[in-house]
Amino acid sequence: MSAWVFRGARVCGGPPTDLAFADGRVVAEAPVGAQVYDADGLIALPGLVDLHTHLREPGREDAETVETGTRAAALGGFTAVHAMANTDPVADTAGVVEQVWRLGQVAGHCDVHPVGAVTVGLGGQQLAELGAMADSAARVRVFSDDGHCVDDAVLMRRALEYVRAFDGVIAQHAQEPRLTEDAQMNEGVISAQLGLVGWPAAAEEAVIARDCLLAGHVGSRLHICHVSTVGSVDILRWAKARGIRVTAEVTPHHLLLTDELATSYDPVFKVNPPLRTAADVTALRDALADGTIDAVATDHAPHALEDKETEWAAAAFGMVGLETALSVVVAAMVDTGRLDWAGVADRMSLRPARIGRLSGQGRPLEPGAPAHVVLVDPAARRVVDPAAMASRSRNTPYAGRQLPAAVVATFLSGRPTVLDGKLT
Amino acid sequence: MNRHLLSAGDLSRDDALLIVHTAEELARISDRPIKKLPTLRGRTVVNLFFEDSTRTRLSFEVAAKRLSADVINFSTKGSSVSKGESLKDTALTLEAMGADAVVVRHSASGAPHRLAGWISGAIVNAGDGTHEHPTQALLDAFTMRRRLGRLEGLRVAIVGDILHSRVARSNVLLLDTLGAEVSVVAPPTLMPVGVGSWPCTVSFDLDAVLPKCDVVMMLRVQRERMAGAYFPSAREYSRRYGLDAPRMATLPDTAIVMHPGPMNRGMEIAAEVADSVRSTIVEQVANGVAVRMAVLYLLLGGDSS
Ligand SMILES: [Zn+2]
Repeated sequence: MSAWVFRGARVCGGPPTDLAFADGRVVAEAPVGAQVYDADGLIALPGLVDLHTHLREPGREDAETVETGTRAAALGGFTAVHAMANTDPVADTAGVVEQVWRLGQVAGHCDVHPVGAVTVGLGGQQLAELGAMADSAARVRVFSDDGHCVDDAVLMRRALEYVRAFDGVIAQHAQEPRLTEDAQMNEGVISAQLGLVGWPAAAEEAVIARDCLLAGHVGSRLHICHVSTVGSVDILRWAKARGIRVTAEVTPHHLLLTDELATSYDPVFKVNPPLRTAADVTALRDALADGTIDAVATDHAPHALEDKETEWAAAAFGMVGLETALSVVVAAMVDTGRLDWAGVADRMSLRPARIGRLSGQGRPLEPGAPAHVVLVDPAARRVVDPAAMASRSRNTPYAGRQLPAAVVATFLSGRPTVLDGKLT
Repeated sequence: MNRHLLSAGDLSRDDALLIVHTAEELARISDRPIKKLPTLRGRTVVNLFFEDSTRTRLSFEVAAKRLSADVINFSTKGSSVSKGESLKDTALTLEAMGADAVVVRHSASGAPHRLAGWISGAIVNAGDGTHEHPTQALLDAFTMRRRLGRLEGLRVAIVGDILHSRVARSNVLLLDTLGAEVSVVAPPTLMPVGVGSWPCTVSFDLDAVLPKCDVVMMLRVQRERMAGAYFPSAREYSRRYGLDAPRMATLPDTAIVMHPGPMNRGMEIAAEVADSVRSTIVEQVANGVAVRMAVLYLLLGGDSS
């Protein structure tokens, strides 16, 4: 196998050093003949890990495939993604999760860890065979009906309890369904102005509160997907202080964008949960900084053009995010002084890997660790061009926006998937 | 003026007054035996109606024809998406036809905004979902001015389903621009969260508001809202927020009663109120043509490229 040395790389923002790896692992000294990569001025981070990615395969290969989605992931600096279960067929059996896992192996751009559905067909009625998915080749540890809330309290309790047998976690999409019927955007000043059906913050917060209490009662691990409100942050802070085993993620877009963008009626800004207010954005940034929110997760949600080139109410929810996630986190967290590079590594690699129980990912770049590495140019500035994206879909909310920092190289097990900003 | 008329909030005070004054001129012409003007000869106005509204469509059609425009009626019941053709496809068709103006009524809030991004002609919002209905607000302002002689300082109460009303949104914005003092009156369930940011006062008590207003505008309240638990029963709604004869008697002597139609007689408005001398309901319909002529004239008349 090949050996590399990144000359002058600043590991997690530390002083310049030579970061070497051989045979897929970080080594203390570069072996003779190692390829030298000039990393002067570049930041080296452990490969990013996404807890929340929609790869759309099987079923909506017109929007994304495992191949195109993992190319986008590699360009974004990711070495592992969790593929959400809301495919067609739903990833609710060992057969489907193994299929997705194998597609990821074949594509080879990053590790693909399928998320298993909590309930059969995401129907919210009957538990899927969680144990079979856990025991499969895909070794599923994260289970979620994402896109739907597991709103039946008894079913949620049972799911939380059941996955303890294999150290799994239930990732809840917190959305009280009755309070959000036909809901289109955050309920507030802007929804009142635009005449779009409002999505109250309480619809998210009520479910998070209930599930924290349930997780505390049964002693299980709970993960909250895409937290989006001040109130959710308060509840999480309270639950963690009580010792409840809850973790949470926030998306890059909820760290940067607000509901005022809906005034364009352009559904590229339509997302679930909806973009919220500036006060929510500030609270989410603070919570990610202090660790109340553990991780950044993209909720990369590709959609075909015809599902977005419509009236707002007719459009699909979701935004692509893999290729812009790191830059958005830099804009929202690093440039505002809330996180340093070690903090970025922690929230985008170490903690998400731990939540997903990925022992081979999210490890500090020390000798012996797997050589999953991303090199970032912190001084770069780029204008987001949807046409230049590797994702099959173009529904980015950042088109034309200038964002800081750029991924220069991504290495998966010591092998470059991205070099000089381009797929290898 | 903007190239499109999407929201009443896009109109400056000067724009709004220009439309109202132009409508006055055009209304005078409508009183003549030959009502037609050659102003928009050779221009094409498309009436694009995705939602049934014969009244509004006819009003725009008559307005465009009196200005000698070619009128194409393009009606699609229900959502365009359910019929397979997307709004985008419809827009491309209209663009190919070379529509100079597209008057659009759609059940989705913001549909006219989307069309404005895809069509080079002028877009006139003829009612979009629960968002806005700017020409209704303009004709209401026109009607108030004709009846009461002014708009500045007028005390206007808008009563009913504020949450779902595009008429309310457009009227609040336009009347504020024109210097009226607006209050919205409804049960709290039919008031949008965020209404506090609107340029108007908010009241849940109709009886407290009525003695202090020059105009009371009653909005249609659909009985089906009961199913969403917005109010317990049609009777209770009517008792607390309906305008009946005894309530009307508490209005100042010169106050007028408006309704954008179609009415639910016996629900938000009693028949004897709708047919009283205070009522402007029939005038509103007539004034609609003059105001829509003014809008089309000002959006299209400027240049004839
Ligand atoms: Zn979700």
